[in-house]
Amino acid sequence: MADLALNMATRTLPLSGVHGGSSVARLEPASPAARLSLRARSEDVAALSTALGIALPVKPKTSASSHGRTALWLGPDEWLVIDEGQGGLLQAANDCAAPHSATDVSHRNTAILVSGPGAAMAINSGCPLDLSLKAFPVGACSRTLFGKIEVVLLRTAEDAFRVEVWRSFSDYAFGLLSEGARDAAL
Amino acid sequence: MSASENSGGFRIKGAGRHTPARTARFTFDGKSYTALEGDTVASALLAHGVHLVGRSFKYHRPRGILTSGPEEPNALLDVSRDAARRQPNVRATVQEVFDGAKIASQNRWPSLTFDVGGFNDVLSPFFAAGFYYKTFMWPREAWHRLYEPIIRRAAGLGEAPKEVDPDHYASRFAHCDVLIAGAGVAGLTAALSAASTGANVFLVDEQPEVGGALHYDAATTIDGQNGYDWAQSAAARLKAMPNVTLLTRTTVFGYYNHGFIGLAERVTDHMARPGRDLPRERLWQVRTKKVVIATGSIERHMVFANNDRPGIMLASAARSFLNHHGVAVGRNVGVYTAHDSAYEAAFDLKRAGVSIAAIVDCRADPGAAVLEEARALGIDVLTGHSVTDTAGRLRIKSMTVVRNGGSDTRKIKVDALLMSAGWTPSVHLFSQSRGKLRFDDSNQRFLPDIYAQNCVSVGGCNGTDDIAELIEEASAAGGGSVSVTAANRFEWTGGMIGAAEGAGPDTAVKAFVDFQHDVTAKDIRLAVREGMHSIEHIKRFTTNGMASDQGKLSNMHGLAIAAEMLGRPIPQVGLTTFRAPYTPVTYGTLVAHSRDDLFDPARKTPMHALQAAAGAEFEDVGNWKRAWYFPKRGEDMHAAVNRECRTVREIGGVFDASTLGKIEVVGPDAAQFLNLLYTNAWDTLKPGKSRYGIMTREDGFIYDDGVVGRLAEDRFHVTTTTGGAPRVLHHMEDYLQTEFPHLKVWLTSTTEQWAVIAVQGPKAREIIAPLVEGLDISNEAFPHMSVSECSVMGVPARLFRMSFTGELGFEVNVPADYGPAVWTAIRDRAEALGACLYGTETMHVLRAEKGYIIVGQDTDGTVTPEDAGLSWAVSKKKTDFVGIRGLQRPDLVRGGRKQLVGLKTKDPRDVLEEGAQIVADPNQPKPMTMLGHVTSSYWSENCGRSIAMALVAGGKARMGETLYVPMADRTIAVEVSDMVFFDKEGGRING
Amino acid sequence: MLLIHCPYCEDDRSELEFRWAGEAHIARPEAISEISDEEFAEYFFLRNNEKGLTYERWRHIHGCGRFFNAARDTVSDRFLMTYKAGLPKQPVPVADKMAATAEEKTVETWEATEGDAR
Repeated sequence: MADLALNMATRTLPLSGVHGGSSVARLEPASPAARLSLRARSEDVAALSTALGIALPVKPKTSASSHGRTALWLGPDEWLVIDEGQGGLLQAANDCAAPHSATDVSHRNTAILVSGPGAAMAINSGCPLDLSLKAFPVGACSRTLFGKIEVVLLRTAEDAFRVEVWRSFSDYAFGLLSEGARDAAL
Repeated sequence: MSASENSGGFRIKGAGRHTPARTARFTFDGKSYTALEGDTVASALLAHGVHLVGRSFKYHRPRGILTSGPEEPNALLDVSRDAARRQPNVRATVQEVFDGAKIASQNRWPSLTFDVGGFNDVLSPFFAAGFYYKTFMWPREAWHRLYEPIIRRAAGLGEAPKEVDPDHYASRFAHCDVLIAGAGVAGLTAALSAASTGANVFLVDEQPEVGGALHYDAATTIDGQNGYDWAQSAAARLKAMPNVTLLTRTTVFGYYNHGFIGLAERVTDHMARPGRDLPRERLWQVRTKKVVIATGSIERHMVFANNDRPGIMLASAARSFLNHHGVAVGRNVGVYTAHDSAYEAAFDLKRAGVSIAAIVDCRADPGAAVLEEARALGIDVLTGHSVTDTAGRLRIKSMTVVRNGGSDTRKIKVDALLMSAGWTPSVHLFSQSRGKLRFDDSNQRFLPDIYAQNCVSVGGCNGTDDIAELIEEASAAGGGSVSVTAANRFEWTGGMIGAAEGAGPDTAVKAFVDFQHDVTAKDIRLAVREGMHSIEHIKRFTTNGMASDQGKLSNMHGLAIAAEMLGRPIPQVGLTTFRAPYTPVTYGTLVAHSRDDLFDPARKTPMHALQAAAGAEFEDVGNWKRAWYFPKRGEDMHAAVNRECRTVREIGGVFDASTLGKIEVVGPDAAQFLNLLYTNAWDTLKPGKSRYGIMTREDGFIYDDGVVGRLAEDRFHVTTTTGGAPRVLHHMEDYLQTEFPHLKVWLTSTTEQWAVIAVQGPKAREIIAPLVEGLDISNEAFPHMSVSECSVMGVPARLFRMSFTGELGFEVNVPADYGPAVWTAIRDRAEALGACLYGTETMHVLRAEKGYIIVGQDTDGTVTPEDAGLSWAVSKKKTDFVGIRGLQRPDLVRGGRKQLVGLKTKDPRDVLEEGAQIVADPNQPKPMTMLGHVTSSYWSENCGRSIAMALVAGGKARMGETLYVPMADRTIAVEVSDMVFFDKEGGRING
Repeated sequence: MLLIHCPYCEDDRSELEFRWAGEAHIARPEAISEISDEEFAEYFFLRNNEKGLTYERWRHIHGCGRFFNAARDTVSDRFLMTYKAGLPKQPVPVADKMAATAEEKTVETWEATEGDAR
């Protein structure tokens, strides 16, 4: 039966094949990415930053990007690190001797990319955050609410956001974003 | 006939702001009418001379249109586009006419002109305030059978549509620096001022166009032009500014804490053929730094006998119908007033060619300027006179006028009567913001006094009557500066609150205070006589101000009448609190997106689609959809579950356990942390092993349970119940952050990282073995309660040897995206070997056969580990864990507590009902002494009998005892047993 | 809906993102297994539930996830301050306290006094 074991499992992505949005807010599922929920105390941030090759942000509501990796400040001891590049993210964290918790959440989360001049308004259909550029500039990020679910928002450009969401909430998130995108176009 | 002529015989050529060529057709009670675009239903009906539009709530009295705005208490109509798009209780004075609208009157049968319910008016002596409280007291039985059904049939206004609402509703959160409520002169000025500073401004008005009082007040000039035209050009300037959001047809319905404002925007209700993408309404939830309240004031009616006949309306409403809509409300109009403002209505109508029968002014000395103008226009003014009665069944025909204090009456023929008792500042939003009012004694009105939030009232709602002062105030409130010059034609004086001449305490006339709830001055006095001294009690006893208009017209009059009866000054009697919403908001708007698929997230596991394709029926567990059972062709639930139960024990079964909560506990102090959070000891658990753990709250009661695997010295894989995952993580974070912050350990939810496939039964190992790499899963190398990282089908996996069935079992955890592929491979292997897929129902039966509890089903928040027979899981060595002290409480260690036991029905075919109560003696008198209740009960195909678990007082000492479960139709005898019904020796799990 | 300043996010955020977590500054007894029934009741069951200024815990559960403390006036719903978990009970700035007590008097509703009607 060795041939069966060699039969490598294939991935089935949440939101595969969906697309939507409106003339002002385009919606598309993000490509699969490696994700790490990283937890550490402030005294160990420097060591982890070196290990991951990215300066972990320590200022609330900010993110940092480098070499295809983005680190989002979620709390004073918590980061979501997204790797869309070279990989090896978990290993890099595990190799760091400083006390920390690095947990693979690559499959826990999926992401929806929202872009266009109505992107912020589409998200504000269910999100209570002030998404003006002044309050939430490019690179800003936060865990927050979207309708009845929790999401992590990252502003990737003036008119583009990445909405990170737990996979079982992705249908709901996409549905509500579609409603928001439709209304933003009016 | 020209368009303007067929749009109604009461249209005045050259008056109003609508375009005569742009018409819309609608029906009212089946009859077809033509309106002009921009008409409200009220103005369109009045243009055709239709005043009678409804029947009152209690007495079914004929009622007309009283106002021209959102304060309307009378003209509540049923407006529909089609069968599903029908809304009752729509205010005719707010709803704009659209082409094709079908409009119907309410609260009448068989017809508006002949209504059987009008008999209530004849019986009205019996329907006085408090009638319901006093009359239907006896006999007690009659309440359910007779009184309540009849009252219910008669009560309620309008009929709710039965169809599903086909429209959709939108919702937006927004933030701004200044939100201005009301776009009259004050609101527009404040907006221009605020916008000039660069602030982010929201200007919101409930009407279709800005202008507020300028809709009716045609005599005010601003910056050298007609006030209304100035308002439109100001709006155009504001709209062009990027920092201004101007919303019309939008009601500021609520002013909540910390600058949080609720807006309801009506998007399509005025359109004949709305685009499909348009939401019917849009809910705005705005957080603003500052609020400018510019909501103006509302005119009051006069309280006198029979003041409710169709054709009697507020003076400002008549001005609005004339000056904005171009409609005369009558051909021979009377005026009854205590305030100068009503004179201007007479002037406008007179100039438009309408005959003014007389102005009856209850004051001896009206303002000199209006008096002079009236004389100049040749209008008869009776000062120091009052209207003490009216006549006309379906429309006013005459008014009875008497000199104040005199007795000689004379009847004056009129076809409409305009009235004004003065103006009530709209302090609703200020009150909602928790601001405190003061009573302005000289003008008999409540005004904003102490502010609770960052807001400012300007203009009419602040008692600022002078237009120059108003503009100055509004400009300052905006925070910037703006130059606006305005002039009124007349200064207004006067005003009164309470009952007018002829409706005093010595009379029995029907002088209406609250039109919508049919409350008269007499009712309020009766309430005081019957001992209601607080305005809150008077309000509830009479229902004054409790209708959907919230007493916008009636509150001040009611208060004054009560104060007079009580002999106390008005501020001492008090004002009832204004609450949101300002006007009714549809459920659709409040619900917004939260309906159908977006009502609540439906969480599906990675293998959901595969299980659906396999024919699974699903059940809701929290937000999750879980496969319940997998019926084959011809099988009902019972047959499917019996087959699944048998197959798992005889061969094997595959189950989706992905929804189980999973928390990764990582850090050097992980074991120490778990020691504190669970009753068990975790430092003794070796990496590669797992253990069933119980979590108690500080009070000692079971909070959650689950298997915890130790993957490494500093890494645990914790599982929780499906429903408990979020609260368990919250509970853990609470202790970690606030009680044990010294511990170096972190918690991460990994519920959705892993797809979990449980494989159970004698052939479980054979099923998964070929798929597992890098791990010896033989019984010797990987015994029960082992855990290991390995590779399954080439992907990194976590394999648990564990069982919730009592059989040899494994739980395969693979990263979620790989779940479907691995599930498919395992399913194919399982089915080839004769095993099956099984769902939550079979899982429940199999675990009950083994006596495994489900937290939340067999426990209810008052069950200790000892009660549940799990004291073995409570460490005796630890000196601390959450719950250690609670478990020592006297009530938790006493004898006779309810304990979990098994129950076997004497007739093995009887399956008990979960929740059924248990007694020792079924023949004891009622109420019986309950010993406990059934928590779990199933037919067990494997045992060939029913099995049940129950919480029974002193249960463990009752083994073998016969108890009884009384049901509605019979009593079932049961025997108390232990909870393990199958494989008592427990050998199968180690297979 | 309240607007709450999270001391970790250093930002005012909607109440929607938070969860209330009971009275603040109630420390779990050190040797909890040895305390008397009365001490346990005091620690676990009994709360002051004061009208006016109260110290309470909140969690920014849908934000940074942190528990923190707040001084809130339960009559006016005004937050006088918020501060990080673990800090000792913080004195409320005097000016704010006076404003809060003044407010307390002003927001008395007629519902609140209706039981006094004679």
